[in-house]
Amino acid sequence: MERRLSTPLSDAVVESLRAGDRVLLNGVIYTARDAAHKRLVELIEKGEALPIDLLGQVIYFVGPTPPKPGQVIGSAGPTTSGRMDAYSPRLLDLGLKGMIGKGSRSEAVKEALKRNKAVYFAATGGAGALLAQRIVASRVVAYEDLGPEAIHELEVVDFPVVVINDMYGGDLYVEGRKKYERKVAC
Amino acid sequence: MTAVRELHVARITEAVAELSVRACTELGDDLVAFFRQAITREESETGRDVLAQLLENAELARRTGVPLCQDTGLAVVFLEIGQDVHLVGGSLEQAVDEGVRRGYTEGYLRKSAVADPIGARKNTGDNTPAMLHTRIVPGDKVRVIVVPKGGGAENMSALGMLKPSQGREGAIDFIVETVSKAGPNPCPPVIVGVGLGGTFEKAAYLAKHALLREVGSTNPDPRLAELEDEIERRCNALGIGPAGLGGTVTVIDVFVEELPAHIASMPVAVNIQCHSARHKEVVL
Repeated sequence: MERRLSTPLSDAVVESLRAGDRVLLNGVIYTARDAAHKRLVELIEKGEALPIDLLGQVIYFVGPTPPKPGQVIGSAGPTTSGRMDAYSPRLLDLGLKGMIGKGSRSEAVKEALKRNKAVYFAATGGAGALLAQRIVASRVVAYEDLGPEAIHELEVVDFPVVVINDMYGGDLYVEGRKKYERKVAC
Repeated sequence: MTAVRELHVARITEAVAELSVRACTELGDDLVAFFRQAITREESETGRDVLAQLLENAELARRTGVPLCQDTGLAVVFLEIGQDVHLVGGSLEQAVDEGVRRGYTEGYLRKSAVADPIGARKNTGDNTPAMLHTRIVPGDKVRVIVVPKGGGAENMSALGMLKPSQGREGAIDFIVETVSKAGPNPCPPVIVGVGLGGTFEKAAYLAKHALLREVGSTNPDPRLAELEDEIERRCNALGIGPAGLGGTVTVIDVFVEELPAHIASMPVAVNIQCHSARHKEVVL
């Protein structure tokens, strides 16, 4: 059963989410990957204002292909989240409520999720054509010079994600794998 | 005496450009058949849903021309050049790069190459240079194979200069451990390309080249076929499953290529390929 949620996410919504829950996200989300994260954290370290307000927001780790004329966006699936582990706790401490990517997160990120009541979702990696269909608007809001790595504001409709890490320490990657792990006779 | 056949390098440029775009939008029939079959045996419901999404994604990409995955990769290009071919009209390497430039720009593919990888990491702007591998073979044809290779799975690959005393079991353990550590990161189910023996660079080359084999094909060497089956069974028992959400289908296939090694060495290279295993080829 899928749950329909709208961004920004409140504490109450995050409190209700558990690892394994399937969610259809609606509303505005922001894109950022390696280079944009690096710049955001550099601004935080210098004590300067960020180009986007993170409070309650969701960041999608994606670098889409360029749209063809008439398209909102090109292929737009998630990239590997682990590369953002060095930066994510800083953003979560500033009020970021959710992240969408694929792949495992570090202990430091999982701790930051608990501390800040936040959640880590995965979208299906390698399903960029399918996921692009759920993105109805896209505009660059910062770092245009980064090309595919610029921060885009996306409007999504029923964007399919699954909760990987909830704010209680639940981890679908660990639990799912444990459930299907087998011993093999060598 | 064999006649030498002339081939203009512009033909190679055209081929590379066209194959780059087709590879990124048309998933191979062997993979589509694999996903259809895998849905019937995947025990996890979430896993089956992921496989269904991948089939829908492949259908959409083929129909709309939107790339299968936003990571359209670095362009790995294999050229098998017949020794009776004389390439004319300019530099072969420049012709291949021009093909990549054209394919990735005109085909609206993502440019993912950055120069100064440990420093400024500035995008080269056109996805060049190609990662080019050439081989001189008998004949008067040129076989062009384009393999857009995504970063997520490439990052989970590994090369071990193992000790000969570790033997077959040690090699299998290293390969399975590489898939295990990768977990959900490289977009499973994955193809595991394995290069055994040779030197440091040859082992890595073999592992990459192995990825070109047709999914579901059997290794003609019974000893390697048995090894591939054993590795596949052990990887599927890890429980990682489609998208890493837990399940019984972790591996699409395991392909092993082998060379003799030095008396002191036992190189084992593991090149992980995500489920969006894209490669297209043409013979000129």
